[in-house]
Amino acid sequence: MMRALPWIYLLVAFVFIYLPVAALVLFSFQSGTLPVPPFNGPSLQWYGEILSDDDLMAALRNSVAVAFGSSAAAVILGFFAAYGLARYVLPGSALIRGILIAPLTVSYLIVGLGLLIVLTRSGFVLSLLTAAIGHVVINLPLAFAIIYASMGSQQQNAERAARDLGAGEVQVIWLVTVPILLPSIAAAFFLSVTLSWDEFIIAFLLTRFDVSLPVEIWSLLRSGLSPRLNAIGSFVFLISITVVLFLEIFVFRRNRQ
Amino acid sequence: MNHAKQRIMGWGFVAPALLWTMAFFVLPFVVMGAMSLATMKGRTLIWDLSLANYLELAEKAYLWRAIVVSLEITLTVTLVSIILAYPLAWIIAFRVPKHWQRLALLLSILPFWTSYVVRSYAWLLVLAREGMVNNTLISLGLIGDPITIANTRFATVTGFVHFFVMLLTLTIYANLVQLSPNYRRAAMDLGANALQTFRHVILPLTLPGVVTGAFLTFVLCIGDYVTPQILGGNTELTVPQVIMVQLGRRADFPLASALAIVLMGIVSLAYIASARWLKLDRL
Repeated sequence: MMRALPWIYLLVAFVFIYLPVAALVLFSFQSGTLPVPPFNGPSLQWYGEILSDDDLMAALRNSVAVAFGSSAAAVILGFFAAYGLARYVLPGSALIRGILIAPLTVSYLIVGLGLLIVLTRSGFVLSLLTAAIGHVVINLPLAFAIIYASMGSQQQNAERAARDLGAGEVQVIWLVTVPILLPSIAAAFFLSVTLSWDEFIIAFLLTRFDVSLPVEIWSLLRSGLSPRLNAIGSFVFLISITVVLFLEIFVFRRNRQ
Repeated sequence: MNHAKQRIMGWGFVAPALLWTMAFFVLPFVVMGAMSLATMKGRTLIWDLSLANYLELAEKAYLWRAIVVSLEITLTVTLVSIILAYPLAWIIAFRVPKHWQRLALLLSILPFWTSYVVRSYAWLLVLAREGMVNNTLISLGLIGDPITIANTRFATVTGFVHFFVMLLTLTIYANLVQLSPNYRRAAMDLGANALQTFRHVILPLTLPGVVTGAFLTFVLCIGDYVTPQILGGNTELTVPQVIMVQLGRRADFPLASALAIVLMGIVSLAYIASARWLKLDRL
């Protein structure tokens, strides 16, 4: 009995962890208008419906654009800041690092609220661009921290060697530093993409007419339980775990070797 | 390159990120702080540098209540999540064969990647009056009529705990596998039973990791709007919900800013309380 106890706990824990996901996915195949027992189906009608929904597909494209655009900006800014702080002696560098990391310690809601106040008062029109600005703010500290942590002295020797051989600063960065750091740059980029793609509150506060997918889903939630929402949720989950498994297999496993 | 030129180059690399953070994080934050000292007279904003918003927090019961509700929910969630996640991390680290550990860990955090908004909705499916839990209980004959689980604090806490158990399992597992097995062997050799080994050896050694995870849970939980809004119904409001009400219906930015500052104050207090054990760089 005592020996079985850990396995029973593991089983119960997995039931708890997977219960909502199971309900979500199962009733996305519901034939009928309520995603609750009894289960009738399977039917693909709701998937057909969401794939032909223009608003939803536009929101999906918006989310992808915001995620990739803001992540690219965050990684580029973060990379240069990490390079400057790791390779040059600057006065007050501890303070600069502190300022760059600071947004990590504040709730997204508060970041979004502050930006909402400042952007609207300085004449910005709320759009996908303002949401992307917000996402760069929250992802820049992560990108900076990840890339900065991987800038060791081994790369510095390679950079010195390149300089001795006559490479200019641009060549050193582009041909030596970036290729060596590519795994952590990629990790920072894809982490930013997954966080931005799924981010709700900042996107909710800082967009107006064109919205991202989580904001569109939010507005659909007002109409209550619907197999349509199950289908959307399952679809998004499928995309996310495909990306995660892809990274696990192709990026992080290669890193460890 | 001479020294001055070196320094200019360095600043050139750091400047874009620094300016971005100053313009879109530090400045908004300062403006928000100033805004919390302004007041609304009807629809117009008056910059009168008063503490009226903060006094209102103490005077108006619904504002004060929101702070208490937020704290109660967050503390419950943090405590329950640790109590549930610790054994799970333990079992994966010490009972599951080495070869399967990575898979077990991956499986136990896979639902993490359901969309944030969708995850709360999925719990609604489980907990609703016609949902899976009520349906199962009725067909087992345990209850006659469906019971109300959704739109309660219990539902909010359940949704939160689900999310944070996954997060904490990951951080506690990372801590447990770092421990040398020699500590356990030494404790056993000295005659400690399993419970004593845990109580006097393993727990103290993993405490920094647990506290770090708990702090992260506290910060993310107390600042979240989505979960209580979807699962908690509108019977009681948390601070983020009240902030959103101020922004939406009333456009009372000063009061919303004051609440945001209070939220940050609470997080800072939590930081000070746990700073002794915190290892944020190890995350």
